[in-house]
Amino acid sequence: MPRINSPAELEEFRKDIISKRDPDKPCIAVCTGTGCLALGAGKVVAALKEEIKKQGLDTKVVDIRETGCPGFCERGPIVVINPEEICYLQVQPDDAQEIISQTIVGKKVVERLVYIDPSNNEKIVHESDIPFYKNQMRHLIGNNIKIDPKSIEDYLAVGGYLALVKALIEQTPEQVVQLVKDSKLRGRGGAGFPAGIKWGFAAGSKEKKKYVIVNADEGDPGAFMDRALLEGNPFAVLEGLIIGAYAIGANEGYLYVRQEYPLAVENVTLAIKQVEELGLIGENILGSGFDFKITVHQGAGAFVCGEETALLASLEGKPGEPKARPPFPAVKGLFGKPTNINNVETWSNIPLILKNGPEYISSIGTENSKGTKIFSLVGKVTNTGLVEVPMGISLRDIIFTIGGGVPGGKKFKAVQTGGPSGGCIPEEHLDIKVDFDELAKVGAIMGSGGMIVMDEDTCMIDVAKYFLEFLSGESCGKCSPCREGITHMLSIMNRISEGKGREGDIELLEELAMSTKNASLCALGGSAPNPVLSTIRYFREEYESHIREKRCPAFVCKDLIAYYIDPEKCKACMICSRKCPAEAIIGAKEQIHVIDQEKCTNCGTCYEVCPPRFGAVTRLSGEPVPPPIPEKERTIVGKSD
Amino acid sequence: MSKIHLQIDGREVEAEEGMTILDAARSVGIHIPTLCHHEELEPYGACRICIVEIDAGGRKGLGAACVRPVDQNMVVTTRTEQIDNIRKILVEQFLAHAPESEVLLSLAKEYGADKDRFEKQSSFCILCGLCVRYCNEVEKKNAIGFYDRGSTREIKFIPEVAARECKDCKACFPLCPTSYLQAAYHLTEAMGFPPSSPCRDQKV
Repeated sequence: MPRINSPAELEEFRKDIISKRDPDKPCIAVCTGTGCLALGAGKVVAALKEEIKKQGLDTKVVDIRETGCPGFCERGPIVVINPEEICYLQVQPDDAQEIISQTIVGKKVVERLVYIDPSNNEKIVHESDIPFYKNQMRHLIGNNIKIDPKSIEDYLAVGGYLALVKALIEQTPEQVVQLVKDSKLRGRGGAGFPAGIKWGFAAGSKEKKKYVIVNADEGDPGAFMDRALLEGNPFAVLEGLIIGAYAIGANEGYLYVRQEYPLAVENVTLAIKQVEELGLIGENILGSGFDFKITVHQGAGAFVCGEETALLASLEGKPGEPKARPPFPAVKGLFGKPTNINNVETWSNIPLILKNGPEYISSIGTENSKGTKIFSLVGKVTNTGLVEVPMGISLRDIIFTIGGGVPGGKKFKAVQTGGPSGGCIPEEHLDIKVDFDELAKVGAIMGSGGMIVMDEDTCMIDVAKYFLEFLSGESCGKCSPCREGITHMLSIMNRISEGKGREGDIELLEELAMSTKNASLCALGGSAPNPVLSTIRYFREEYESHIREKRCPAFVCKDLIAYYIDPEKCKACMICSRKCPAEAIIGAKEQIHVIDQEKCTNCGTCYEVCPPRFGAVTRLSGEPVPPPIPEKERTIVGKSD
Repeated sequence: MSKIHLQIDGREVEAEEGMTILDAARSVGIHIPTLCHHEELEPYGACRICIVEIDAGGRKGLGAACVRPVDQNMVVTTRTEQIDNIRKILVEQFLAHAPESEVLLSLAKEYGADKDRFEKQSSFCILCGLCVRYCNEVEKKNAIGFYDRGSTREIKFIPEVAARECKDCKACFPLCPTSYLQAAYHLTEAMGFPPSSPCRDQKV
């Protein structure tokens, strides 16, 4: 790779790359993001390569490109064949032969691999026509399927580092800060602080040594937006960072990424090496006189290290514990120097601002929330994956139009946004516009973009308990309202779910939540009570039924439910008694089965395996289990089916 | 250094730049309760009992007086119903650890805290960190540190260091707001059962 010394040389190099590429040459893009890899994308790539060789084709006829995640994880491994943009889903190694012979050689679509629209059973061939993609606005992850994250040439071919040229050559640092301010971009890490204003603080400091940091310590359960960006397009993150460093006057940057993201670490480390070789990181970048270097730092996986002061402590080699602000990192950050920290998605937005102007962001969204936002849509939703949508879209559109609704004919119950310290939003608020302020109004938060859909089988006590359990292990434990408050809230939630809840427990939870929320040192504690508060707010009757009637309406809390075999319906088929892991079902051929309640662990296996045409196993909660049918009456006459 | 003018509980207070709200309040005899604060140590801001209401140029919020630097024209209120409620619940949570602690009982009296409100906890320690920080910052021995995080965080003596340093020091003992027991227990454990001791595995 040549060392690039000026914008002209960069353009020359870009032209050279593009001229060597034939836009009509078939290219098989296979998603090799973590999700698809887990589903076997590695084997699919190997099979495709093998098949290309076998069928006597070579690299002059067809390319294979291992790309980042386009988002439709539910249907991985994903293969997109360009230039036609034919999208194949759930591709297996065995499909390779047909893909090569039919699509690459024969120019025909393999119909069994394309998306079928469940609403009308129509086959959809092209990626962008699939409803999951069609209703998104994919400014940030759209390039993921187009580039190999291990190839800077691929990024240059789609216009990479044009924004850097614009910033370094055409703009002063002050102008760049102003552009980011004008875009009205708010930080995507959780708090939603306006990025341009934040930059302005550190940029305004007279100190010589300053730092910029990429916060890639994505820790919310179920969230993987930043992982997909770092894995799939690390070059865009780096481009944003270099631009930011120039604007702020920092010559050194850190990328703080969690160790649990090995592929992200690998890809971004390689990307840095390539960008350095090209001379876009290093000394005198593009002849502008600006120097910048960047170091990758792997975090050990503490959730709290996503909090910026804890992240700084961790980077300095100290325990990852937050510190009081002020002083803010912009004044006294890493090693005591002014520091600007933004998360991965925020940095990814920066090149778009420089390349397309601030209105590219500011023209999208609501009054106070601009641009697009990536959500990781998970839980009880048909199309699990990453969705990038304009701010202001409704929750209903995300969950039903893009996400395809709740699978299995179940009813929607709530959506939890904002990670472990977010809130649960019920059906009645599904039409709110998704932005920072509206989510806060209904007791949730934007957070970094986690979105967990829950159906009618979800117990809200169980949900709140889950998040409290997560936080009780992930709080750093330094300040007492967070540490003690979470501990006590969790112990109260535990007793409620065990049927030992008391009158006054809801009020006690609210009181504990108040002190944890208001008195904690950092935002982890400040938002930790949200799961409790939002479930009390919208599902108070569920708390009451657990406490007063010892009843779990969703049949989730094991201590409050029982399974019972209806003697009228049992056909003595033995299925449940054979499957019961606790050997708690007494029964034989032609003997009505009975559950030994002493032995039963309430695992629900019998309920799941009882053939629906019998439907003999019922769930009980809040009511006594009827006494077992006397032994001498258990014999049934006739066939047991 | 320039002077900072602020208001605490309606009184005009003149403070030095770099002072904390707690320093400024104490300089004019206004009492704010503290547990994890110590004159010889870096401000820590962990127990949160010193929480006060701060209005800094229209931005209102709660903050720990021991770590928050004073600002020009800041308006501070050290007691409100909300503050008292928070302090009450914090003291109740601490008392679940150390129900006999005199310091805590006197705070309980002041804020109407009920020492039996929360489930009793297995450790006396309220993790104010005075022992850890004093050993580290003043004695510079680092014989004791925090271990683990979240609800399982605790203090632990480092046996190798404690065996060498603690016998003639014990400067941390009188700092403990709950009792000496916790520190003494951990010290005994560390000194009596170093990692190589055959008794160590049996004692659990």
